[in-house]
Amino acid sequence: MTPDRVALLGMFETATKIKQCDERFRLLLASGQIVCTYYSPRGQEIIPSAFSVLLRPDDYMVTTYRGLHDHIGKGVDLRGLWAEFLGKRSGTCKGKGGPMHVTDPTSGLMVTTGIVGSGLPIANGFGLAAKLAGTDQVTVVNFGDGASNIGAFHEALNLAAVWKLPVIFMCQNNRYAEHTKLADGTSVERIAMRAAAYGIPGVTVDGNDPIAMYEAAATAVRRARSGEGPTLLEGITYRFFGHIMGDDMKYQPAEERQAAMDADPVPAFRVWLLAEGVAEEVDLAEIEQRCDAAIDDAVAYALAAELPSPDELEDDVYAENLA
Amino acid sequence: MSTATEPQTVMLPMVAAINRAIDEAMTKDPRVIVLGEDVADSEGGGVYKATMGLSTTHGTDRVRSTPISEQAIVGAAIGAAIAGFRPIAEIMMFDFIAVAMDQVCNHAAKLRYMSGSQTAVPITIRCSAGAGMQFGAQHSDMLEAWLCHVPGLKVVIPSNPADAKGLLTSCIFDEDPCVFVEQTMSYFLPGPVPVGEHVVPLGQAAVRREGTDLTIVSYGRQVNDCLRASDALAQDGIEAEVLDLRSLVPLDLDRVLTSVAKTRRALVVHEAVTRCGFGAELSAQITEHLFDSLAGPVARLGAKNVPVPYSMPLERAYLPGRAEIVDAARRVVER
Repeated sequence: MTPDRVALLGMFETATKIKQCDERFRLLLASGQIVCTYYSPRGQEIIPSAFSVLLRPDDYMVTTYRGLHDHIGKGVDLRGLWAEFLGKRSGTCKGKGGPMHVTDPTSGLMVTTGIVGSGLPIANGFGLAAKLAGTDQVTVVNFGDGASNIGAFHEALNLAAVWKLPVIFMCQNNRYAEHTKLADGTSVERIAMRAAAYGIPGVTVDGNDPIAMYEAAATAVRRARSGEGPTLLEGITYRFFGHIMGDDMKYQPAEERQAAMDADPVPAFRVWLLAEGVAEEVDLAEIEQRCDAAIDDAVAYALAAELPSPDELEDDVYAENLA
Repeated sequence: MSTATEPQTVMLPMVAAINRAIDEAMTKDPRVIVLGEDVADSEGGGVYKATMGLSTTHGTDRVRSTPISEQAIVGAAIGAAIAGFRPIAEIMMFDFIAVAMDQVCNHAAKLRYMSGSQTAVPITIRCSAGAGMQFGAQHSDMLEAWLCHVPGLKVVIPSNPADAKGLLTSCIFDEDPCVFVEQTMSYFLPGPVPVGEHVVPLGQAAVRREGTDLTIVSYGRQVNDCLRASDALAQDGIEAEVLDLRSLVPLDLDRVLTSVAKTRRALVVHEAVTRCGFGAELSAQITEHLFDSLAGPVARLGAKNVPVPYSMPLERAYLPGRAEIVDAARRVVER
């Protein structure tokens, strides 16, 4: 399944929006205008861009603390997203979740967890719900290479395989588990090799190659939607700005990081779209301006938005506040 | 057949009352599903037969035996609950919830809050629990205090078959995650259970015995020990009021304080180890509210602060029993 022009431009728009959002975020952080914990997804734009044109709003997504790119890819409203990152009352989660815990059921972004690997067992529950309800909704759960070393990964993939759940296990292999290199903490070269242990397809793809990523994701989505069961998909990628904003990145060799940044997937995608004649310069410039305007709007909205009142502290713990 | 001649109650052991509650909930609401190890009839209908017959009646889509994977069980229940189902997840032994604690405490408990109430996790986690069967240290724990410490969870422990049916029904249809603790020593003791729909709301303690000299606050099967101890105390002229909390979160503190304000003396009894047990919380609450009217400090009686031992004399020495309750109550009254 090769992406058509509409899909390619949709992917480019998502990738651009992610890149620009991240750049704006880091700019505001660096200038001291905003303060928050931030796990930059810069460099990992292509994987969620593929899903952004393959999933429906009623498909489910689960992601992790490095999730801004997945939030945008699934279609979370930028105003609510920015307001949540800034801890504002009009954020998606009333300022109670923050960047690590964005939830937006309207767009199908159901859970963002700060616990490595724990989204996988929950994703099975969304898959089970779709199966029991007889719908063809699929669930994508994103996680890093490090998450494949935690017990929840094993329990979840086994159960998904046994029950043939419509779940896509999307490993965004950025080659570092916090500060630890893949080879130093993981027994296999490719995370997808682990699929063999569960008798399900395991596919490794260049997660920064838009065409390869689209095709692999499309195959996994089609398989899940048609009731054939789960796929473990591994997209090889790289994160440009460390585990958390402010870490010294000494564990990442400078030349390795430079090479990855030289191969920045978003401008590379742009060059490819022009070279292949998919779009003209004016088309791409228009997309970029549209993203920029949307981010301007979201940032202005979020900066001006009200902070929550301490009176709201004890709301939302239970359906009804306990005495 | 005239309704007047129909029995209002039927004698059932607690495990059968639990089965009835699930069966009736599944019949009433197609969103109710059951997940757990060996819960379907092809695997025996549960290790204690609590789910026996349910997969035959409601199908193996809705009553699903799982692998031995507690994180996967609770995680799947959470996801399905957010997507609109009302899953009942069975954790075979309370001790095993340790394996799933990340799902229980970091996810089930927190997802409503972290999402600003956009998502809810209406799951019920059923756990068989407690000592007295010589199962040793890893199949006998009472861990309710762990869970009461986590905002977002509700914790429910029935003392008799009728309450087991009514409280479990409340948990299944509650909008929040509930942990329902079933003491195995109570499973096979019969009691009258209302026929048909029976709901006991969470957060309503029951006065099981009225008295004037001290208040004994308890929950679970120890309520019955407290009642037997009260009969012995009555022979010495000590009239104990016995409260059955039924749920620890939400807690019916008003009922507790009303009783202790009257008796001015309180003893908390539970099976869990005493140190940092729920009795510590109750003792603090009672003291904070009624310090000036108390005749003495609130006393606590729980298990000894050791892992649950295997050998019978050790296990008996570990558990608080009727004799210990009588002694503790006398000390409270005689001070």
